Amino acid sequence: MSDALLEVKDLKTYFFVEDKIIKSVDGVNFTIKNGETVAIVGESGSGKSITSLSIMGLVPKPNGKIVEGSIKFSGDELVGLPEKKMNKIRGNDIAMIFQEPMTSLNPVFTIGNQITEALLHHQNLKKSEAKKRAVELLKLVGFARAEQIIHEYPHQLSGGMRQRVMIAMAMSCDPKLLIADEPTTALDVTIQAQILELMRDVKKKFNSSILLITHDLGVVAEMADRVLVMYGGQVVEETSVDEIFEKPKHPYTSGLLASIPKIEEERKRLEQIPGTVPSADNFPRGCRFAPRCSKVMPRCTDAPPDLLKVEPDHKVRCYLYELS
Amino acid sequence: MTVHTLEDERLTAKADDSTGNIIEAKGIKTYFPIRGGVFRRTIGHVKAVDNVDIFIKKGETLGIVGESGSGKTTFGRTLLRLLTPTDGQIVFNGHDITYLSKSEMRKHRRHMQMVFQDPYASLNQRMRIGELIEEPMYTHNMYKKSERKERVKYLLETVGLPMEATRKFPHEFSGGQRQRIGIARSLAINPQLVIADEPVSALDVSVQSQVLNLMSDLQEEFNLTYLFIAHDLSVVKHISDRIGVMYLGKMMELSPKKDLYVNPLHPYTKALLSSIPKPNPKAKKERIVLKGDIPNPSNPPSGCVFRTRCPEAYKRCKEVVPAFVEVERDHFVACHLYHKSEEKVK
Ligand SMILES: Nc1ncnc2c1ncn2[C@@H]1O[C@H](COP(=O)(O)OP(=O)(O)OP(=O)(O)O)[C@@H](O)[C@H]1O
Ligand SMILES: Nc1ncnc2c1ncn2[C@@H]1O[C@H](COP(=O)(O)OP(=O)(O)O)[C@@H](O)[C@H]1O
Ligand code: SF4
Ligand code: SF4
Ligand SMILES: [Mg+2]
Ligand SMILES: [Mg+2]
Repeated sequence: MSDALLEVKDLKTYFFVEDKIIKSVDGVNFTIKNGETVAIVGESGSGKSITSLSIMGLVPKPNGKIVEGSIKFSGDELVGLPEKKMNKIRGNDIAMIFQEPMTSLNPVFTIGNQITEALLHHQNLKKSEAKKRAVELLKLVGFARAEQIIHEYPHQLSGGMRQRVMIAMAMSCDPKLLIADEPTTALDVTIQAQILELMRDVKKKFNSSILLITHDLGVVAEMADRVLVMYGGQVVEETSVDEIFEKPKHPYTSGLLASIPKIEEERKRLEQIPGTVPSADNFPRGCRFAPRCSKVMPRCTDAPPDLLKVEPDHKVRCYLYELS
Repeated sequence: MTVHTLEDERLTAKADDSTGNIIEAKGIKTYFPIRGGVFRRTIGHVKAVDNVDIFIKKGETLGIVGESGSGKTTFGRTLLRLLTPTDGQIVFNGHDITYLSKSEMRKHRRHMQMVFQDPYASLNQRMRIGELIEEPMYTHNMYKKSERKERVKYLLETVGLPMEATRKFPHEFSGGQRQRIGIARSLAINPQLVIADEPVSALDVSVQSQVLNLMSDLQEEFNLTYLFIAHDLSVVKHISDRIGVMYLGKMMELSPKKDLYVNPLHPYTKALLSSIPKPNPKAKKERIVLKGDIPNPSNPPSGCVFRTRCPEAYKRCKEVVPAFVEVERDHFVACHLYHKSEEKVK
């Protein structure tokens, strides 16, 4: 398994709130190879963000906890790593960008200040070198007037500009893995197009792996090599990007694909999946998708199906594909 | 308080006139003052809506798309006279409503309703669902008490919510369910025109399609006219008959839906269409990536407001505001590329 950069095994991250157990991530397995872009798709509440926060060692305390599983990065176990060591990995080897860049930038410091701070924290640079590097990075993410931008504050920038700054900061230490949680969800489509293009460029330049979290299947088609579909805290399907769009197997994946309004097609009624996502403190006993599934069978409501390899490069969690 | 009478009905219905338009707006400008300095004097204006013409035919769905800050919400609120335009004229059902006072607006207001983007913020959290849906009927003095209760049940059933919902509070429902509640509420007083401001933007895809389908069904059942606002062309495409594209307070292009997708004319519409990530990994990605951001609407570029990002801008674009003209049947565009005889300002 030499080319596996990240290996997540049986990850369970739960929240303990009052007398409830919220099973946000409930047995997730996947691998990211060097240079690969893996997308996690799923509706809100399916556990995408908590999966990525678990990898970063940023599960919200005190209620949240990784209760089981292993996360290996370049072969080293991250679960249970002391905060000091994790801190070193964050920002050096693994970087993260979030949906709302405003909340992750500090409003009282200039852009230049924040980038040089990050550089000084993680690399052995002189202050003047760090400043020079900050300007280079800002140019890299498309700021023509980088020399001025370093003196400006986050509130003076638009949403798209702030996201570019976040990408510049994330790339400042040449990370091996970039985790991007809904990086374009808050942005307008023309700005989203800029950011996606930038992420592709940056990836090529740095040859990093990307874990891209999104609910937009269009973004997946555009960016990903492999796709994980999450539902109710679990992976329900995993395969290559071409397969997922051409031969989706899980009824949830097919339903999702069918319900996107496509602009090339004229259709009077949209396909729809009835009902809503189950809440993470009260999953159905059998298949978690059963209450919404059009193909539900008696056994589906008895016991949960496993994620099984049904083709060389295609895993699915559904009894329809399980030979009984 | 006036009781709703047949007289009103006749008055408001009379203008089912020659045009067949439920609403017509001409030269609409809605500016917001920017105040500054020690004396909080007006030092400029945000031109949220700047000289927009539009009409909506009875029973059709007009989609409006544009990026954040392009003036869509302001335009919708102006048409409903929740805002008073700085300039222009709004004719609703044959009545000029541009400068009607709040009380004069009352009899028209019950024919027009709004559905909001954020199903969380738009419902009073302390009211039960039954009360929320009944409230507009009460405010407009419509129906007897027992009829109102009946109607609440009927509306809940129509939007696909269980009867028990009447006694619950908004926080007990999911986003999609809350949006259904908002829709039931807006239909309570039997409006003719519904302005839906990004009604599905906050929802997950699978739930989006539920709400879009519901809205189509209701349109048929209640013979509704929709103005459907969205920031995404793929959503409006589905529900609209015609589509208008806004940018920085101006209407850039307006055309029957099919034309807009098959034959987009305005460079901005082209870019918007090509920006939508297609859910097909093998689709050709010939993308027009626009440079830069939307300029500040308090200080828009001279000439064509799109010129700072337009890949086709030329000298004239900086100097002259392009007029909004019909270049093909029912297909309007504001761009110099399509107006060869320059003086032909409408
Ligand atoms: N009450 C107000 N006072 C001052 N400026 C306003 C006010 N309401 C809106 N604006 C400004 O008018 C412009 C258009 O705003 P509007 O809310 O209509 O945009 P929108 O197209 O609906 O955007 P979004 O997609 O973000 O909802 C923006 O620049 C906004 O900041
Ligand atoms: N801080 C928290 N405390 C309690 N529950 C949480 C917290 N953060 C997330 N959850 C719950 O965990 C589940 C998965 O959340 P999340 O990973 O954020 O979903 P996604 O990113 O897929 O929308 C949800 O049910 C959510 O309510
Ligand atoms: S296991 Fe059964 S209920 Fe679950 S997705 Fe498959 S067919 Fe549907
Ligand atoms: S008028 Fe000029 S700048 Fe404006 S859209 Fe047309 S070509 Fe572009
Ligand atoms: Mg999330
Ligand atoms: Mg708006």
